[in-house]
Amino acid sequence: MAEKKSRGKGSGNSEFKTILKQLSYNKLAMLGAIIFVLELLLVLLAPVISPYNYEEMDTTAIRQTSSAEHLFGTDDLGRDILSRVLYAGRYSITMGIFSTLLAAALGMVIGSIAGYFGGWVDNVIMRFLDIIQSLPGLLLSIVLSAVLGPGYINTILALSVNGIPGQARLLRAEMLKVRGNEYIEASQSINCTKLRVIASHMIPNSISPMIVQATMGVANMIIMASSLSFIGLGVQPPAPEWGAMLSYSREFIRSSPHMAIFPGLAIALTVLSLNLMGDGLRDALDPKLRR
Amino acid sequence: MAELEKNAGHFLEVKDLTVEYFTKEKVVHAVNSVSFSLEKGKTLGLVGETGAGKTSIAKSILRILPDVGARIVGGEVLLDGVDLIALPEKEMRGIRGNKISMIFQDPMTALNPVQRVGDQIAEVIALHNEGKKDEFKRRAQEMLELVGIPRERYSEYPHQFSGGMKQRVIIAIALACNPALLLADEPTTALDVTIQAQVLRLIGQLRDKLGTSMILITHDMGVVATYCDNVAVVYAGGIVESGTREQIFDHPSHPYTVGLFGAIPNMNEDEEWLHPIDGLPPDPSNLPKGCAFRPRCKYATERCGEGPIEMAETPDGHQCRCCNLEAVIKGEKAK
Amino acid sequence: MIRYIIRRLLWMIPVALGVAVIVFTLMTFCPSDAAEIILGSNATEEDKEILRDSMGLNDPFFVRLGDFLTDTFIRFDFGKSWVTKADIKTSILERMPRTFVLTVSTLAISVLVGIPLGIIAAINQGKLGDNMCMAFALAGISIPNFWLALLLVILFSVKLKLLPPMGIGGLEYYILPAIAGCTNGIASLARQTRSSMLEVIRSDYITTARAKGVKEFDVITKHALKNALIPIITVVGTHFGRLLGGMMIIETIFSIPGMGTLIITAVNTRDLPVVQVGSIILAIVFSFCMLIVDLLYAAVDPRIKAQYESMGKRRVKHG
Repeated sequence: MAEKKSRGKGSGNSEFKTILKQLSYNKLAMLGAIIFVLELLLVLLAPVISPYNYEEMDTTAIRQTSSAEHLFGTDDLGRDILSRVLYAGRYSITMGIFSTLLAAALGMVIGSIAGYFGGWVDNVIMRFLDIIQSLPGLLLSIVLSAVLGPGYINTILALSVNGIPGQARLLRAEMLKVRGNEYIEASQSINCTKLRVIASHMIPNSISPMIVQATMGVANMIIMASSLSFIGLGVQPPAPEWGAMLSYSREFIRSSPHMAIFPGLAIALTVLSLNLMGDGLRDALDPKLRR
Repeated sequence: MAELEKNAGHFLEVKDLTVEYFTKEKVVHAVNSVSFSLEKGKTLGLVGETGAGKTSIAKSILRILPDVGARIVGGEVLLDGVDLIALPEKEMRGIRGNKISMIFQDPMTALNPVQRVGDQIAEVIALHNEGKKDEFKRRAQEMLELVGIPRERYSEYPHQFSGGMKQRVIIAIALACNPALLLADEPTTALDVTIQAQVLRLIGQLRDKLGTSMILITHDMGVVATYCDNVAVVYAGGIVESGTREQIFDHPSHPYTVGLFGAIPNMNEDEEWLHPIDGLPPDPSNLPKGCAFRPRCKYATERCGEGPIEMAETPDGHQCRCCNLEAVIKGEKAK
Repeated sequence: MIRYIIRRLLWMIPVALGVAVIVFTLMTFCPSDAAEIILGSNATEEDKEILRDSMGLNDPFFVRLGDFLTDTFIRFDFGKSWVTKADIKTSILERMPRTFVLTVSTLAISVLVGIPLGIIAAINQGKLGDNMCMAFALAGISIPNFWLALLLVILFSVKLKLLPPMGIGGLEYYILPAIAGCTNGIASLARQTRSSMLEVIRSDYITTARAKGVKEFDVITKHALKNALIPIITVVGTHFGRLLGGMMIIETIFSIPGMGTLIITAVNTRDLPVVQVGSIILAIVFSFCMLIVDLLYAAVDPRIKAQYESMGKRRVKHG
């Protein structure tokens, strides 16, 4: 058993290595990864590198456009937009990542239960997901954040519920594919517990499409999170958040359009880098495209 | 003038056909300077292992190599003296499916899954004939019956057909415009053994009925013996031996051909083991200099590795690309 | 086939009921007090209590749920807004057409532009045309549509003064919202079309079509596209859901009085009846569209049609 396990791990490891190798061929994916990591660093180091405090108001410099002192200009209260964009990234990016992880984890549990047990369990779960999914994407999150109220954690919860059905379906479909394979029967035949079969055989073998979906999912969640903040749910001002900043800038769109540029650019760049990574991962995981 | 007269005898003449596949890292030499000819009404068997370049030869004749990466680098394909390689695409389209048509290896994937089978036959008729829709449909139904499928099944879709039935539909498509040349690319490999014989018999009957010339690609020597007049043995993208069926079967002269026959069980002798050819075919992106079969050949000498090997005539008058011909013939006789 | 459609339509009843139960249950946890909203914060606690009693808000949960379901699904009485006091059915009937027209036209633009772009990219794989289409598509999926909407307003309304920045009226009022709404769809459709076309173009039956002498243009449009459509339709379907959500925000930005502004305003003012009914209606609309998507599958692919038909004989099984 021990030998079998270690062999399984070894092959998984080398699989992972080939994927990384494939990924390293893909220049665009590497570019995406570099942009994303840089951005993550900038955002995490915001207290160190941002030129001003994000709450600091400077009444002598109100609604200024880009200048040497204020690279991205200032808003109507004289706050430095660059600093605010950096701090806002902490909310937006982490909300995207955490809600995706939460959705993936819950989706994995639900999907593997449905996929492994099949039968009426599967049926009940899938019908329930059908109902949840008939509330089109954002609407579900809007309703949930209306119930949960605004705020960082609540927004993460509201968003993750949205991602659960997709991840659960994906894992279920993959598991149905995997379930037919002989090594699952083999492990059942040597009396592995169901949980063990799920955890050590079926999930690892179904996980690669989930990783792709999750990478793209973070991008999607970031857009959704900022959408929620944009319509006044999600993170509330004065806390900086990209969507909230954009929403706030609407009042000044005639006089100070620069306020609407940089937060949006930050979202677009983040989402772009994640999509580049996701595309690269998908190609790397597709054996047909391998060289 | 002399050239024309010489060609006049051959219905199809392929000269120095060379096909390469380009990928980012390497060039795959799929077909290397292949030449052969075919007379009207005859059937040529192209024999060789999987990956030897047989399908590429057939697809180059029709010029339907995949867009990405595959290129006909040189050579001529003369059909009644007209070079198909040099033909404008528009004229070539008029030949495909009409004068030359092809039967593909895998019937499971060769039919359009979202088009009615009858319409797939009618489409090729409509492309190359003038007339009304009803007329095309009627002829497509006739074609279905010709290949042994009731005309009522015209409106069904490929997924409602078995593999053998699908291959019959493909045969109907290929023969719908009464082509002068039929390229059959391993038409039965993907089918059940029991169906294989039926489908081959059908192809053979229709060929005789319609007087079609045929290139039959196969790796099955038994099929060659039943259906082919001439045989060309392909190895690593090149023809190593060619002649009439009798010549090749009675006096195989190239060590590779000899090896091919050795790999077939002989029912007359009580043999315990087959004699497979040792080694593997060479990597087509990195062919050895000289004779491509040299690494696997027990008759190989120094000379085999020097430069291109020319075709030589064997004692019974067929062509063989081997520079140790006498040694091989002597060696095989000794057995 | 008809049996399948009927089964699917019948299945929408439990879906609508399920959505109603879920939304209603969620809303009971919503920190919102009808009495305070209706009477204002100055009203006395007594008055509020009387109102709550008369509205049945003090009834047990299941009684309220039952009342809500019978009102909504049997009497088709959607109630009144707590905030504006307007009849919800009237508001929805007035606003739904705008949202519907905007969403459908945006979707139509996405399909009409996105699919050809994807085809162009696929047949020029690796060449300039492909790279340009895909760069555009990447930008399209990366730029959030509400930001694009703001940029469009800045450019076309504030700077160039060509188009109105908000409100409703003639066709010109819908141009910016439609552009802002369609880039996402164009991009995702172009990407999906490209990848499924590339997959299909490699198929054997495409070689068969070429071997028949079919023109390259017909090979692509008649043979390849129809086979590539299944995953494309899936994207159209999922995109429709996103679009319904995205339109809510775009409506807000352009102050278009549609379903989106109705629901979002209601959420922000804690106007629960409007949120409940609005969500249920959107869910039903969305389910209808997903049914259409599933029927499109059958129209395109005879194998799926056969599957549906055999399903109709046994029992409905989705997913």
